[in-house]
Amino acid sequence: MGRAVGIIGVGQTHHGRRTEMSYPDLVREAVVRVFDDAGLTPADIDGVVSGTMPSMMEGIALTHFYFADAMQAVGKPILKTETCGSTGVSIAQTAYYWVASGMADCVLAVGHEKMNEGNAQATMTTVVEPFYQRYFIAGAPGVFSMQSQMWADRYGIPEDKIRDAAAYISVTHHDSAFDNPYAHVKLRVSMDDVKNARLITYPVRLLDVCPTSDGACALIFASEEFIRKIGKKAAWVKGVGYRGEEYFFGDSDKGVWQSAVQSAKQAYDQAGITNPRKELDVAEVYNPFTFQEMLFYECFGFCGFGESPDLVLKGIFNRKGELPCDPSGGVLCTNPIGATGLIRVAETVLQVMGKAGDHQIPGAKLALSHAMGGVDQFNGVMIVGSEL
Amino acid sequence: MAKEYKTLMTEIRLPYEISYGATWTRFFEGMAEKKIYGTKCGRCNRVLVPARSFCPRCFVDTTDWVEAGQQGTLTAWSYVSYRYFGMPTEPPFISALLRLDGTDVDFLHMMGGFDMSDFEQTRKIVKNGMKLRAVWKDERQGHILDIKYFEPA
Repeated sequence: MGRAVGIIGVGQTHHGRRTEMSYPDLVREAVVRVFDDAGLTPADIDGVVSGTMPSMMEGIALTHFYFADAMQAVGKPILKTETCGSTGVSIAQTAYYWVASGMADCVLAVGHEKMNEGNAQATMTTVVEPFYQRYFIAGAPGVFSMQSQMWADRYGIPEDKIRDAAAYISVTHHDSAFDNPYAHVKLRVSMDDVKNARLITYPVRLLDVCPTSDGACALIFASEEFIRKIGKKAAWVKGVGYRGEEYFFGDSDKGVWQSAVQSAKQAYDQAGITNPRKELDVAEVYNPFTFQEMLFYECFGFCGFGESPDLVLKGIFNRKGELPCDPSGGVLCTNPIGATGLIRVAETVLQVMGKAGDHQIPGAKLALSHAMGGVDQFNGVMIVGSEL
Repeated sequence: MAKEYKTLMTEIRLPYEISYGATWTRFFEGMAEKKIYGTKCGRCNRVLVPARSFCPRCFVDTTDWVEAGQQGTLTAWSYVSYRYFGMPTEPPFISALLRLDGTDVDFLHMMGGFDMSDFEQTRKIVKNGMKLRAVWKDERQGHILDIKYFEPA
């Protein structure tokens, strides 16, 4: 690892259907809030990193140019990071590397998406090459549902049990979103509601899947020296991991997803974590689909492979459980894609700083955030802690 | 003879519905009424056109709506005489950057109102510093092309 890096500011928009606002103004809402939170001004920033999901989602190429004013990037170096769903974690890691390398002392990271302006699944389809696979991919729900089906079959998990566990995840996350002022979907649902919802891509039904959200998130990363100088409290970056796989969907095993396993391992090794379920206090797992969230628990070593549905139904991962996962309501309730991974990081920062409000996990000191991207191709993990 | 390999002719179509937001909605309502609106930054006092919700330099919300002049001064131009796929304006035309009266930034639009079929004739007419004035369409829809072009004043 490079030199120590802390996160000293968090700004989020109120995520949702924000058609009343132009895209630059939405980005600025998060940027104004991050400067307010950190007590800094644009003059303190050495560089800016931003990102979205695939550019074609935006209808405007090179959004980091379009939002240069809203991000106060004029006169500063600016980078765009674009790794589909994992964009937000990639933005955070780019900002982290920039400061850890010693080349910058204070970097603004901004993720943003106005999902309601474009068409997410039509855009996702353009991620796939046009010769072989594009006809069969069915957007994100298609590929991630196939992954869940492969995983459930691999471990012989009975259909009733996995269906119950996924419904339990949907109910608890939808409940949690009521305690997060920035969350998009606020809906009370029952297990039966989830199980009887409209089928999207088997086994995924409507209440197993994330919404289409507009939103932005901004974080400020700074060096230890900078943080000491201004006397701010920080969430310290303890570990980062990122891994990719082969491009063709069938070339790698989706049932045990190695990019998820290895990206977590890289981050754990840096953070000195050997028993994540015991040592982590909270996790913000990227969970656009309920079924897939369980696969991540297993890939991240929160439990053994095939064990997660039982533990979910025992409440191990709910807000009062041993390792609370997605107390913000997660991606399932809020998904402005280019911002979503950065919101995961932001939520862990709020947790370890004790600033998560009504969805605070009491005493949280060490937290994992995660996002995945592409056609089942990439995973990124970042771990933050309250102590350096 | 070398073998010729296949290429795939394809096209990507994607739909968008992009929000104007409050400030740009008002700007385009102004266009329908033959008005060009800017906004003023209360800190640096610049008048920005088209209207902005915030000052890009001061990062504060703009405070006042200001109607820009219908006339301005040409600051840069180019004669466009080529085509590309999906080009939104039919060439030849003259891209023009002009400083509208009462504003502090240059405004991008195009010049017209005279025969520009011949470039050599056109270049004799078009000079930086020349005065231009907005010519409006009769049927306006709240669109940037409600101004047909800026013609020599």
